[in-house]
Amino acid sequence: MPKNLEKFNIVIVGTGGQGLITLLQIIAEAALFEGYEVRTSELHGLSQRGGSVEVHIRFGQKIYSPLVSQEKADLILGLEMQEALRGIYFANQKTKFLLNKQIILIPLVKEDKSSSSATESRLRDEGGKEREALFDFAAARVVKNLTETEILKNLKKIGKVILIPAAETCQKEFNTNVVAGIYLISLASFKNLIPLKPNSISRAIKKIIPEKYLELNLKTFKLAKVY
Amino acid sequence: MLQKPGKKIILLGNEAIVRGALESGVQFVSTYPGTPASEIGNTFFRIDKRAKIYFEFSTNEKVALEAAIGASFSGLKTLVAMKNFGTNVALDALIPFVYTGTKGPTVIISADDPSCHSSAQSEENTRGISYLVHIPILEPSDPQECKDFTKLAFKISEKFKIPVIIRTTTRVAHQRAPVKLSKVTKPGNVIGEFIKDPERFVTMPPRVLEMKKELLKKIEEIKKFSEKSPINQISRGRASVSSKLGVITSGVSYLYVREALKELNLNLPVLKLGFFYPLPEKKIQNFIKKFKKVLIVEELEPYLEKEIERLAKTANPKLQIFGKNLLPEVGELKPEIVTSTIAKFANYKLKIENLLKIENWKLKIPKRFPQLCPGCPYWLVFGAVKKAVDPKKVIFGGDIGCYMLAGLSPHFLQDYLSCMGSSIGIAHGIKKATNPAFAKASAGKQKLITFIGDSTFFHAGIPALINTVFNKSNPLIIVMENQTTAMTGHQPHPGAPLVPNGIKIEEIVKACGVKNLKIIDPINQEEFINAVKEFLEKSEVSVIIATHPCIFVAPKNA
Repeated sequence: MPKNLEKFNIVIVGTGGQGLITLLQIIAEAALFEGYEVRTSELHGLSQRGGSVEVHIRFGQKIYSPLVSQEKADLILGLEMQEALRGIYFANQKTKFLLNKQIILIPLVKEDKSSSSATESRLRDEGGKEREALFDFAAARVVKNLTETEILKNLKKIGKVILIPAAETCQKEFNTNVVAGIYLISLASFKNLIPLKPNSISRAIKKIIPEKYLELNLKTFKLAKVY
Repeated sequence: MLQKPGKKIILLGNEAIVRGALESGVQFVSTYPGTPASEIGNTFFRIDKRAKIYFEFSTNEKVALEAAIGASFSGLKTLVAMKNFGTNVALDALIPFVYTGTKGPTVIISADDPSCHSSAQSEENTRGISYLVHIPILEPSDPQECKDFTKLAFKISEKFKIPVIIRTTTRVAHQRAPVKLSKVTKPGNVIGEFIKDPERFVTMPPRVLEMKKELLKKIEEIKKFSEKSPINQISRGRASVSSKLGVITSGVSYLYVREALKELNLNLPVLKLGFFYPLPEKKIQNFIKKFKKVLIVEELEPYLEKEIERLAKTANPKLQIFGKNLLPEVGELKPEIVTSTIAKFANYKLKIENLLKIENWKLKIPKRFPQLCPGCPYWLVFGAVKKAVDPKKVIFGGDIGCYMLAGLSPHFLQDYLSCMGSSIGIAHGIKKATNPAFAKASAGKQKLITFIGDSTFFHAGIPALINTVFNKSNPLIIVMENQTTAMTGHQPHPGAPLVPNGIKIEEIVKACGVKNLKIIDPINQEEFINAVKEFLEKSEVSVIIATHPCIFVAPKNA
């Protein structure tokens, strides 16, 4: 165990359904393999149906809190770029943002009961441009989905940003981007963005991922090596 | 979950509770799912056959507890798990159970959710029921303690013949950390025997008052046990500061306190309370008697703080007690809140690293609310209702399930939301209040539609439906039959068709005396729209069973 590592704090942010809890489990197992204390925190239930999700992983010599404190993240892993920006709560100037170059648009719809069916079909139309500049009904003020440029400009004011086309790469290679998160954590271990050996990550993948999907996940791990 | 002893494996708090129960030799487990307690039932559901124990998803928490009471009366080692609101539902059965006491040791898991991450109806602090019920409550901080405290709770229950509550919170139940495994105790003979003993199992006056005396005596005995218990632990600080200041805490707050003290490089004495009830009063009094100031770090209502104020009156009347004057009473604690509070308490200057002043950033990131899954049948139900009526002119009753999302964009079909099953009960009250019998036929006549899921209907909807029939009101009730308990992770419920010989909701509805009943797959939009229009005009209660499986339910004939 590297004696100099007192603690390492990771926050993973994304949207419900991106597999954040699986990534948390893999990193936690890898940290345990290397002899660290580890604690994590996650949320379950309705809030996970496509809403904002944030999970915490801490490992090191002595860990008490399962939650990362404000401004104490060493690494923020953003599976979605707008969510990464929300993650700045946990960032300081040394924080590294490892980002999946992907924006999942937030459906912003004006409350318009007369055309509810039109609204509904629009929502179900994944690429619909109408989604972009509508109305934040909760705050009753006009807000928009942020662009990649806006997000990067803001993130760079705070920490170091590493932007990786993980979803795109996985889509191209495997015809699915479901493994984008696996690609990112594997890459993080190869590039020393997480102080865990790649071997520990691959061992943890084997432990956590069900047999049925293991081959795809191990291929993803290998693909990250050649980035 | 059934692995060998001696190993250290990463477990979720809820999984550690299961492991603790298995190591204790649990024989009978019942539950109704609810976040953040659901994984306890899910784990037992997965392993019950291999572990050779009895497990059931009960129809609601009261029934789950009653099943557990029956198992305990029959001598079995029993665990029952639920979320906080479930404990409210079960309360009617819980209070007499504490009077009769247990035969087979019984542990009840009750999971709170400060900040309401997965709880709609209120931010509850279940610790408060200890005063009402006189039931021992233990509060673990992490998965290791989840396991250890579950085992201890079984021991306490066995020794004192009383049920014991383990109260978790989201950050404990959904915390993962390595847990050291011990030996799983084989459940042995899981065939219990009910031995008649009316003195013990029948609560009726005048015996019930004797039982109360016995209960209070028991609690005094458990208090002595609590005084000596190592789960109420003191860590002494360095002499220089420790003579004046101390911290008392429990549950996950303890972990934030330790984190804060490390961060601030402060070494204050800390009393960590594993028992919330009964409190080790002498231990607390000894701890506080030399201090000038004490800080109570607890989430939500200041129950500990009030107890300590009382105890300080004799032990240390001059003691300055800090707690909710520095900490929030609403919302969960976070490590940064506890760190800044302890810094304030100890007059320690916190290095302000907050150069970025994040809170001043005017970042307009739109909120990302949860959504119904793509392909969810509820889209079809809400869509049809909107086409059938003018939503501005109809009242919409909500209930507990994924369909609570009716209240959010783009649906906006939810005008009230309370507890399980209440969409129907409240609908009846609204209909009665707004359409009283003595009003002329031409009066107001506000129309009302309620949405209730199938699992919620079984849980608490049926008595309310009977009431609308018996007391004659006419809401339109849409039972969303998606064939699963979707929101908490797709646990089974008693309904057909997934359960062989399952109960058909339409038969219940008919048996309740409902005449206006249609069963429609909402994929047939036109039929659904017409049924809504037709039923809203009826003078008696109407029910549409919107039947279409959740996308996570395997197609029946696949």
